[in-house]
Amino acid sequence: MAMVNPVVDQSPAAADPVDPESAEWLGALASSGAQREAALGRLHEMLLRVAQRECRRRGPRLRVTGPELEDLAYQAAADALVAITRKLGQFRGESRFTTWAYRFVILEVSDKIGRHFWRNPSVLLDAEDWDKLPDRFGFEPAQEAEWRDLLAALRRAVDTELSPRQRQVFIAIVVNAVPLDALVIELGSNRGAIYKVMFDARRKLRAALAANGYMSHDITGRS
Amino acid sequence: MNGYSELDHFLHTDPRDVGCTQAMKMMHVYAELVAAGEPPEQRYPGIAAHLHACGPCGEDYDGLLAALRDETP
Repeated sequence: MAMVNPVVDQSPAAADPVDPESAEWLGALASSGAQREAALGRLHEMLLRVAQRECRRRGPRLRVTGPELEDLAYQAAADALVAITRKLGQFRGESRFTTWAYRFVILEVSDKIGRHFWRNPSVLLDAEDWDKLPDRFGFEPAQEAEWRDLLAALRRAVDTELSPRQRQVFIAIVVNAVPLDALVIELGSNRGAIYKVMFDARRKLRAALAANGYMSHDITGRS
Repeated sequence: MNGYSELDHFLHTDPRDVGCTQAMKMMHVYAELVAAGEPPEQRYPGIAAHLHACGPCGEDYDGLLAALRDETP
């Protein structure tokens, strides 16, 4: 089975020297009393600002608006603050402390949006709306004669080449357009595991289409 | 992009792709390099490949980069 490359890109071998501003954050958050409370308050303010901005940025593509979106930003900032204070010892100085902290709140926004999807889902997980597949890839109805056989071959490959898990994930994400982060929640999995399932499914499907002359073989290392 | 090239792009897998876990782990370092105007693709080719292919991680990366750029006076 093909693997998503487990080789880690070059990364700092050991903890890098921490810049003065980051050191100040670490000192204040590791302290106690009023100094720590003030640092937590300031950090929460920054996280909330990033979360609100991120929710606004993604908002137009979501079915979440107004107070619900604002509530989502508050939840993301609060949960990110808890995660950051719990994982403070993992900060290695590879970036500024605030950049490291912002990553937490961005990931929390993604998680909250994924969970929100199932509050009012537009599709059921076991549905299979193959008729929407041409539109998903931008195939024009007027040119159906050109792509009908290709998509029929793709569907056959999905049914015959993929494992049950790969098929389930492919149908949900590609055919039914369930966001990957929402599927992660529904399947009780994680983003990396679902991405890996899709990665392997994509390789298998291309190989099947290439073997039947519908597509060229993948070119290793293409960017 | 027409339907065929969209499907072709979707079914392409890059062997350098490090996957979500590694990309999320180093996203702050990668984004900071980009915000500073440095090309991170040479140092982190596997992360670059992943961010190109993975919608959710790409979205997170865009958000983090936007947050960093928002900070710049």
